[in-house]
Amino acid sequence: MSLTPVKKSWNHQIKEVTIGTGESAVTVGGETTLPFLHDEGDMPNPPRIALDVFDAVPDTWTEDLIEATGDEINDPVEWAQKGVEEWGVELISLNLTQHALEEDPASPEDCAKLAEEIAEATGLPMIVWGAGEEEPDRDVYPVVSQALSGQRCLLGSASEESYKTLTATCIADGHNIIGESPIDINICKQVNILVTDMGMSEDRIVVFPTNGALGYGLEYAYSILERTRLAALGGDRMMAMPIIIRAGTESQRSKEVKAKEDEFPEWGSRADRGIVWEATTATSYLQAGADIVTMNHPEAIRLIRQYIDTFMNTE
Amino acid sequence: MSMTAMEIYALLPQTNCGECGTPTCLAFAMQLANKQATLDSCPDASDEARAALAAAAEPPITLVEIGSGDEQIEIGNETVMFRHEETFHHQCGLCVCIADDAEDAEERIEKAGELWFERIGDMIGAELVAIEDRSGDPDRFAELVSAVVQNDKQSPVLITSDPDLVRSTFEAVEGLAEARPLVHGADAENWSDMADIAAEYDVPLGVSADGLEALAELTPQIKDKGVDQMVLDPGGDDQLQTMEQLTQIRRQALDNNFRPLGYPTIAFARGDDPRKVAVDASTYVSKYAGVVVIEGEEPWQLLPLATLRQNLYTDPRVPPAVEAKLYEVGEPTEDSPVVLTTNFALTYFTVVNEIEASRVPAWVVVVDTEGQSVLTAYSSENLNAEVAAEAIKEVGLEEKVNHRDVIIPGYIAVMSGALEEESGWNVTVGPREATAIPTFMRRLVS
Ligand code: SF4
Repeated sequence: MSLTPVKKSWNHQIKEVTIGTGESAVTVGGETTLPFLHDEGDMPNPPRIALDVFDAVPDTWTEDLIEATGDEINDPVEWAQKGVEEWGVELISLNLTQHALEEDPASPEDCAKLAEEIAEATGLPMIVWGAGEEEPDRDVYPVVSQALSGQRCLLGSASEESYKTLTATCIADGHNIIGESPIDINICKQVNILVTDMGMSEDRIVVFPTNGALGYGLEYAYSILERTRLAALGGDRMMAMPIIIRAGTESQRSKEVKAKEDEFPEWGSRADRGIVWEATTATSYLQAGADIVTMNHPEAIRLIRQYIDTFMNTE
Repeated sequence: MSMTAMEIYALLPQTNCGECGTPTCLAFAMQLANKQATLDSCPDASDEARAALAAAAEPPITLVEIGSGDEQIEIGNETVMFRHEETFHHQCGLCVCIADDAEDAEERIEKAGELWFERIGDMIGAELVAIEDRSGDPDRFAELVSAVVQNDKQSPVLITSDPDLVRSTFEAVEGLAEARPLVHGADAENWSDMADIAAEYDVPLGVSADGLEALAELTPQIKDKGVDQMVLDPGGDDQLQTMEQLTQIRRQALDNNFRPLGYPTIAFARGDDPRKVAVDASTYVSKYAGVVVIEGEEPWQLLPLATLRQNLYTDPRVPPAVEAKLYEVGEPTEDSPVVLTTNFALTYFTVVNEIEASRVPAWVVVVDTEGQSVLTAYSSENLNAEVAAEAIKEVGLEEKVNHRDVIIPGYIAVMSGALEEESGWNVTVGPREATAIPTFMRRLVS
């Protein structure tokens, strides 16, 4: 019996966004097919893993995660370097939080200095996130952006309510921008429109649709990713941006990761739970169309690297 | 897969005789396409037309039942490739696979029996336990299958390509036929004997073949033997190929209404690295498998898979709601803060998760807003001062805490005054976004 495969072909392409410069630059996006369906179109760039590095040890992390990260966790520069040398990551996702502290906050200059040091020590392209608090972030973005000027970083995030400062500064200093939306496909598009209207080039935007962890509303963002990708491949240019997902920070906050073994003996080893919870959060979003996943646990990173290799290997 | 009016029209006599009650065959075809009429009204309809319409009315992916009684699961009968297009209807079965040459197989069966977890009011876990023939010893195989039946926590799956072994196991294990195991199964060599056994015992049959074409050749032959409860195993050299095949089978069924592949599927995650096994299996949960088999029985493997399945098989058309009542986060005391939110599941889980992250024990009053989020509920009047005051009263908080302070979501700050009046409680306005909750909570108690 001969079976004619049902193949979808799409006439449109996801934009390619390049983060970083020179040899270590990383390009994401560029797909003309749904995730990993290589027979139907191209996936010229593999999805990428970005290592989350924090300017202070996150106080919500489990001992398992802190231990797996190692002593370097106390020095963000060493932490990032370990990511390059031991875990083989290709992108650093720096999370700035200390400038938003009530007491004794870090100055914008402190933040900029840290970002510069990490960029120099690792030589990797940088993603830099603010604390998600409007006022302190607004003061920090321009200073950090300028310090990294010309390095074509990915800075975030711009939201529907607050995008002007960041967009202007990204344009001035030659960076890419993250457009954030609250699990809402229309707002996702709206942010892209607002940011491009200010003069940001379409191939300098990565969208962050806001994602829950496995078990915490994963299905909403999962479907938003699928809808976004289908709309883009169908020709909606303002949806055709690569997608970034926070697989690590979201999943590592889950009850299923944090609960101690004596609280929930029926859930089994916590060390394994933490790794698999983060990794399956990542695989789910990769299967829905994520181009960059930010991750925390070194072992989950290893698993996802292996996973991406398998799903990109068309030999 | 429904037919269009023009496709139906092509099959009608095209004589416009009017017997059916409509003046033309085309008008009748339109009624049929809209399911406003049945073909019985046309006396001259051909057998071919009847068969085509009957086939079109059948679901494109057969519903398959595995197990019996409380343990029965239904898989298949899916209608879409993407859950947002409608919903995924029948969640995949999760199956733990135990080889019969494992010395500790009995212990593993016991352990598999415990793989049930309560999550958002549902019991989720592994519904199936497979015994895989590797020892070549029929007594050992039957003994373990029997242990699964006896354990009575999951339905059995028999994995072997030896029809004699299947037959002897059915004879040896009491209650096996009644438990309606999945027999996996048939292949290009043994399909005839396997189909006979499946027909005789009336059990579902797994079918594997080398490639989808070979699979599509086998299933009609098995069906001719009276077995229509089939589960397709497309195999694959690696996880990528398996995912591609599962996708293609679903598309052949939905886009082409291709009957030979119109069955639910089964996919295996195996290997030496138990974490990788769980990760690989997650792909098959999202990408179309009807049964996901994993080699391993660790709760930390099954819990994420069952949770992912629960997430993805949630009907996106229904706003998911949690029960409106008083929830405890941590171990709150009479001094602990009281937080008010809506019963939209996503809002609830986000809020609770952030409060947990703050490590400040708290009482959470969940108001019945018909599953709407804070802002939606506020604008639709499902959440106003009266409703909120009523909720605070109903849950009996006044006996549980020694203060009268309630924290409300930042988005409904305008309601503070009215709520204070209505309830007699002092209102504190909390953050708008849940991510700010941990800082807020810690500040509150410091
Ligand atoms: S009864 Fe049949 S043949 Fe006559 S008009 Fe109706 S559809 Fe056409």
